[in-house]
Amino acid sequence: MIYAPTITLQGRYDVDDHRLFGPIDMSISAGQWTCLLGRSGVGKSTILRLILGLETAGDFIGEIVADDGQPIAKRASYMAQSDLLLPWLNLHENVVIGSRLRGAEPDFDQANALIDRVGLSDHIKKKPGALSGGMRQRAALARTLMENRPIVLLDEPFSALDAGTRADMQDLAAELLAGRTVLLVTHDPAEACRLGHQITLLSEDGANAWDLPNTMPIRQPDDPEMLRSQASLLAHLRVGA
Amino acid sequence: MNRLTYPFCATLLGLCLWQALVWVTDAPHFILPAPWRVAKAAFESRALIAEHAVVTGTEVILGLIIGASLGAITAIQLAAFPRLARLTLPLLVFTQAVPVFALAPILTLWFGYGIGSKIVMAVLIIYFPVTSAFYDGLSRVTPALLDLAKTMGASKTQMMLRIKIPSALPSLASGLKLAAVYAPIGAVIGEWVGASRGLGYLMLLANGRAKIDLMFATLIVLALLTLLFHKVVSMLANRLTDTSVTS
Repeated sequence: MIYAPTITLQGRYDVDDHRLFGPIDMSISAGQWTCLLGRSGVGKSTILRLILGLETAGDFIGEIVADDGQPIAKRASYMAQSDLLLPWLNLHENVVIGSRLRGAEPDFDQANALIDRVGLSDHIKKKPGALSGGMRQRAALARTLMENRPIVLLDEPFSALDAGTRADMQDLAAELLAGRTVLLVTHDPAEACRLGHQITLLSEDGANAWDLPNTMPIRQPDDPEMLRSQASLLAHLRVGA
Repeated sequence: MNRLTYPFCATLLGLCLWQALVWVTDAPHFILPAPWRVAKAAFESRALIAEHAVVTGTEVILGLIIGASLGAITAIQLAAFPRLARLTLPLLVFTQAVPVFALAPILTLWFGYGIGSKIVMAVLIIYFPVTSAFYDGLSRVTPALLDLAKTMGASKTQMMLRIKIPSALPSLASGLKLAAVYAPIGAVIGEWVGASRGLGYLMLLANGRAKIDLMFATLIVLALLTLLFHKVVSMLANRLTDTSVTS
């Protein structure tokens, strides 16, 4: 696979001369999952948008660089809380939408293989309206994988799913995104402790690392160390709130 | 109860009220003809009405096609070039402040007594609703979808073709449904001002000769024609926005 870089983000972010966060100094490690937590409105999604090179409401003063010095935005793909599937296209066409949008001929074999890996082969001709929330999020994952980019930015992609489906999606995403540089924005300490190689807590004052158990993700939901870590993270978030 | 029961009952109720009005007011038949007189006139003059209905129908269909196409093209251009939109939208709204009906004599002067001026009239009357509805839809595409497309490296053209236009089709569809009802108004006004054929002309002619039953019959045919257009355009528009579960 293409090199998945480490990304470092240093700087502060102001909206109308009001400091939203920072100065922060955070790093998203190469080929690993970094989970970003913090209270609502602190600017977690803004960080994703900054990395993706999308418009934001304020000004970022600082720099976002990859360790190989190459541009980041074109190597990053994005998955949101909402599946963002196009309701007028079937699953197959939705998965290849990236190529279509670039005016290129899609690789249908690869699309089929990915749809198979997310377990949706039987639903290839269905439109999003006919799929359950979990299926739609799996389709969105296949679309993200179809872009085959080394950096993947996830904005609460599992938060709207029921507990069982969410755990399944976490397993699937951890498996399929292995080896990529992943930044996961989440509100859920359990999710962060399950999936993260690192956890970063974002607040007005900066970005701080949270210590995780010495085991590798994906951690089992009943792993005692993970549960302890999750409990203390939750306690920390509640104190901070 | 089948799905035609309510429309049938509503029609029956309308006819009863009409007949009751005739009885109560005791109006002479050259002022307010009874339903049965109108039905009789419609039947006796069916060939005449049909001949004029074809003319009006042609005007409306051509007006709809041209007006909807121009409106859709304008909306896409406005959405693609925001500066153009800021420059021309106020102008477009201003043109709507000019009553289109007042333009009918000028249009007849410019485009003649034939169907040309009526088509232009229909085009003028539907152009703005179609443009406005579609442009609204194009401007209201879910921002997250556009962000996703940007991260995928979408070109502006592809973004328009594959995301903005399909997202805005329901808005275009509502614009078209309105247009289907407005277009006959344009055509008939055009015919009133100056024509030798068409349902609007036939209504004036019947009125002038005190054949009020024929005038009513023509009016009803015109209304039915408008309903038909609305139905057909709605069906086409619904196909346009079909997101049924399989493809």
